[in-house]
Amino acid sequence: MEIKQVFRTLSESSGVSGYEHDLASTLQENCPWADEIKTDKLGNVIMLKKGQGTGPKPKVMLAGHMDEIGLIITKIEKEGFLRFGTIGGFDQRVLLAQEVVVHGKERLTGIIGAKPPHIQAPGEQGQAVKMDDLFIDIGFDSQEQAAKYVRVGDIATMKRDVLDLQGSIMAGKSFDDRAGVAAIFECFKVLEQVSHKADVYGVATVQEEVGLRGAITSTYGIVPDIGIAIDVGFGDSPGLPESDTIKLSQGPGVAIGPHVHPKVHARMVETAKEWNISYSSDPSPSPGGTDAYAIQVARAGVATILLSIPLRYMHTPIETIDYEDVKRTGRLMAMFIAGLDNEFVEGLTCF
Amino acid sequence: MKTVIKQLTEAFGPSGYETEVTALIQSMVKEHVDEVKTDVLGNLIAVKKGSPDGRKIMFAAHTDEIGLVITHIDDKGFLRFGTVGGVGISTLVGNRVRFAGGAVGAIYQEKGSWKELTIDKLYIDIGAENKEDAQKKVKLGEFGIFHREFEDLGVRLIAKSMDDRVGCAVLIEALKKIDAPKNTLYFVFTSQEEVGLRGARTAAYGIEPDLGIALDVTLTGDMPEARRMDVSLGRGAAIKVKDSSLIAHPKVKDLLVDLAEEKQIPYQMEVLDAGGTDAGAIHLTKTGVPSGAISIPTRYVHTPSEMVDIRDVEACVDLVVALADKDLTSI
Amino acid sequence: MLLARLTEANGAPGQEGEVRDLIRAEIEPYVQEVKTDALGNLIALKNPDAPGPRVMLAAHMDEVALMIVGIEGNGFLKFRPIGGVDPRVLVAKSVVVGSKKIPGVIGSKPIHLQKPPERERAFTMQELLIDIGAKNKEEAERLVKLGECAYFTTKYEEFGHGKVKAKALDDRVGCDLAIRLLKEDIALPLIVAFTVQEEVGLRGAGVATYQAKPDIALVLEGTTASDVPGTDEHKHATTVGSGPCITVIDRASIPHPPLVQELFAIAEEEGIKVQVRRNTAGGTDAGQIQLAEEGVKVATIAVPCRYIHSPVSVMSKDDYEGAFKLAKSYLNRLQEREASR
Repeated sequence: MEIKQVFRTLSESSGVSGYEHDLASTLQENCPWADEIKTDKLGNVIMLKKGQGTGPKPKVMLAGHMDEIGLIITKIEKEGFLRFGTIGGFDQRVLLAQEVVVHGKERLTGIIGAKPPHIQAPGEQGQAVKMDDLFIDIGFDSQEQAAKYVRVGDIATMKRDVLDLQGSIMAGKSFDDRAGVAAIFECFKVLEQVSHKADVYGVATVQEEVGLRGAITSTYGIVPDIGIAIDVGFGDSPGLPESDTIKLSQGPGVAIGPHVHPKVHARMVETAKEWNISYSSDPSPSPGGTDAYAIQVARAGVATILLSIPLRYMHTPIETIDYEDVKRTGRLMAMFIAGLDNEFVEGLTCF
Repeated sequence: MKTVIKQLTEAFGPSGYETEVTALIQSMVKEHVDEVKTDVLGNLIAVKKGSPDGRKIMFAAHTDEIGLVITHIDDKGFLRFGTVGGVGISTLVGNRVRFAGGAVGAIYQEKGSWKELTIDKLYIDIGAENKEDAQKKVKLGEFGIFHREFEDLGVRLIAKSMDDRVGCAVLIEALKKIDAPKNTLYFVFTSQEEVGLRGARTAAYGIEPDLGIALDVTLTGDMPEARRMDVSLGRGAAIKVKDSSLIAHPKVKDLLVDLAEEKQIPYQMEVLDAGGTDAGAIHLTKTGVPSGAISIPTRYVHTPSEMVDIRDVEACVDLVVALADKDLTSI
Repeated sequence: MLLARLTEANGAPGQEGEVRDLIRAEIEPYVQEVKTDALGNLIALKNPDAPGPRVMLAAHMDEVALMIVGIEGNGFLKFRPIGGVDPRVLVAKSVVVGSKKIPGVIGSKPIHLQKPPERERAFTMQELLIDIGAKNKEEAERLVKLGECAYFTTKYEEFGHGKVKAKALDDRVGCDLAIRLLKEDIALPLIVAFTVQEEVGLRGAGVATYQAKPDIALVLEGTTASDVPGTDEHKHATTVGSGPCITVIDRASIPHPPLVQELFAIAEEEGIKVQVRRNTAGGTDAGQIQLAEEGVKVATIAVPCRYIHSPVSVMSKDDYEGAFKLAKSYLNRLQEREASR
């Protein structure tokens, strides 16, 4: 499958934090460039593309998280409606009238509803509906009926097919961060054509949305010299100040901040300029919020960097990106990796 | 078992200062296990060795309880304090506290609306007549806990620090019942859970288990106008799906459900909105540990009157015992 | 003078270079090994092969600062804090930006043009800009890059009755203490970790501890003192002039009780005035050090400082000397115990 198609498939599949196992087979079947693929104890999928030559090699870890935010069933009301909580951070306002899939004994269609507008008190429409007042209607009429298919603790995901907008702009769910996973694949594809000394561990991490958990354990196992986290960043859109966003279609944001090793940053920017890959500068005073934060402090520390694919409407089912930015990110990483040698890596602990 | 719960819940053990509790537990378990040791963080680790082809299971129940710490003694002998762990303001006013040195006091508030109360508007009266008098009974930096006795209501029990002494009691009872287990079992009575799952983190690093199971309390939704929660007293052991520190490994969750069904142990599924357990620390150890939790449904958590149902407690014991011999190769 | 040089050096979380170089030059003659790691922690080893418990001293090199996140068309710089900074302390201060130390000022609307109700409201970070006097964006871009940091320009000065004013006493005072202790005659295996990025989440300490593998760690800090008018006595946290403070509990750690008790006992026996840190808020590197691998026995000794995380903080020289004496006495005791084994 072409990588863009793999990306579409991943987006339309379900893999809420902690429940990513169904995505693993899609990844394994569509990564012909990896020499070895394995899954670790928490479900991280680790795809190793070995470097050329003998002797010790630089070890690079690429991390894109495959988990998406989702819903979890907390109660079945006696009329058959389902109450829910969230896994990961949702803006409760985007949930009303959203179609979902409830993963019970089978995949069930559901609609998130609340009291209809006609019978709301005056002024109520000006207030966001609270999560507690929302419910999922799965079309059953009683708790008994519903309980045959659903139980407390089952997961629900947004129902959304990928939409192609103009040009290479696409909208869909869980582009955060399956776009990052796709960028890893794009990187592998380019690496196939260039020689690289470094061993590259492409990791589709789990449970980023609930605390960067997969990144913690996968990095401990790999012990990389360099960790590159590929996540999504706030794409430009009306109402957001320019200094807080990254423009779409100009390549990834390259972060500067405590979570970014200065030499890795310098080399990444140099690579972008040398190979004419567009990118934006992304000053980030706060180091948290992505796998980079977890990777950096594994064991004796890792030299890390964060690349952010610009994305509008984060954490909604209509996340929007320019797929060309995914390719640019993949290419940038590949050319960065191609230029790595042991000397550069040894210099990373020299300050 | 009720006696064990009474002794444990009446003991003194705020986070960081659990030695009275661990000494008590050690005396209760040492004859029933192969090895007992304490580590740097004050975790008590009791081991029952299994067969070589079994797996390593780490069970964790925390010994610490939430509490208070004295930050100021004023000229009149009143004390000001900070909190240790998640102590809610509404649980303090009018209640009593007991300090490490034995002094007992009452908590009250400055004048003003209840809604605007913050910890620094509260104070403790230990009955001292002035500062000097107070300083004979307590010191700055001394820790204290809720002062409240255990009550046996029959099927239900009330006490302070059911969270998580009842979890400790479950492990103690279970380890007494287990003989020659297939798996090697680490019963870890952890420290400092209430302030950030701290003891479990270092204990798990040392043990490197194949499976981690926390035994802790969870909330219920079966009281009048309760926050929505589908767990109730009397419906059995709660098998955790998710809380804020952990998404239970699906295989572990399913294993516990299958085991409960097989042994006909009453159980219920638990989704906890806020709150975490030691499993949250265990599962992120080194390269990862598949983990889950068996929870004891408890009303009024983090108040001096936490309530459990003895049948739920016994169901938890049965589930732990069942795990001792369970084949874990599928995890 | 070392403390003056340390506080006047600039080092934001992740950009501690100037401070690190200063410290390295100062300590090299006194230790067997100095190294850095992938995050920039500076780790010094003294007597690495000596018998005895491995003791680690930790102090963080970073200070809170302002990161340049945007350059406006008119040449003004937009910024966001790196580490916790109260926006109210920023307006009308002077700063220097980046390694080139380009001077600038944090300006606001003049009071004459503000309506009275406006003056009641604090400026938000978004409304403040740094003016470096550039004519336009291009000129500004030649002088300053995105990601560079702006620092306060406070000069070190001794004033009042035995007091010191400086920026970044949190935690250059800790660095200074660690350097002084390192220069002493100590026979134990001593690791001194000058950590990075404490202010953005205690980031360097755990990584340093993984490498150092200590048995015991003492964290040397500058901590908050709120002993000022308008604060009730019970909210002071610490009192400037009442000696170094020993932490019993904070947000990040409950230091090892036997170690804490020993520090109080030593203070009593040697007549060193000390105080209990009377607040549960805030956290130090001890939080990450304590939980490294299978656990480490930690304690924190801190010098009380007024107005931390602002351009100017104040401490008492006596408290600072007390902190040194206490830490030194503890190390001596440890040594004596080891020698008598």
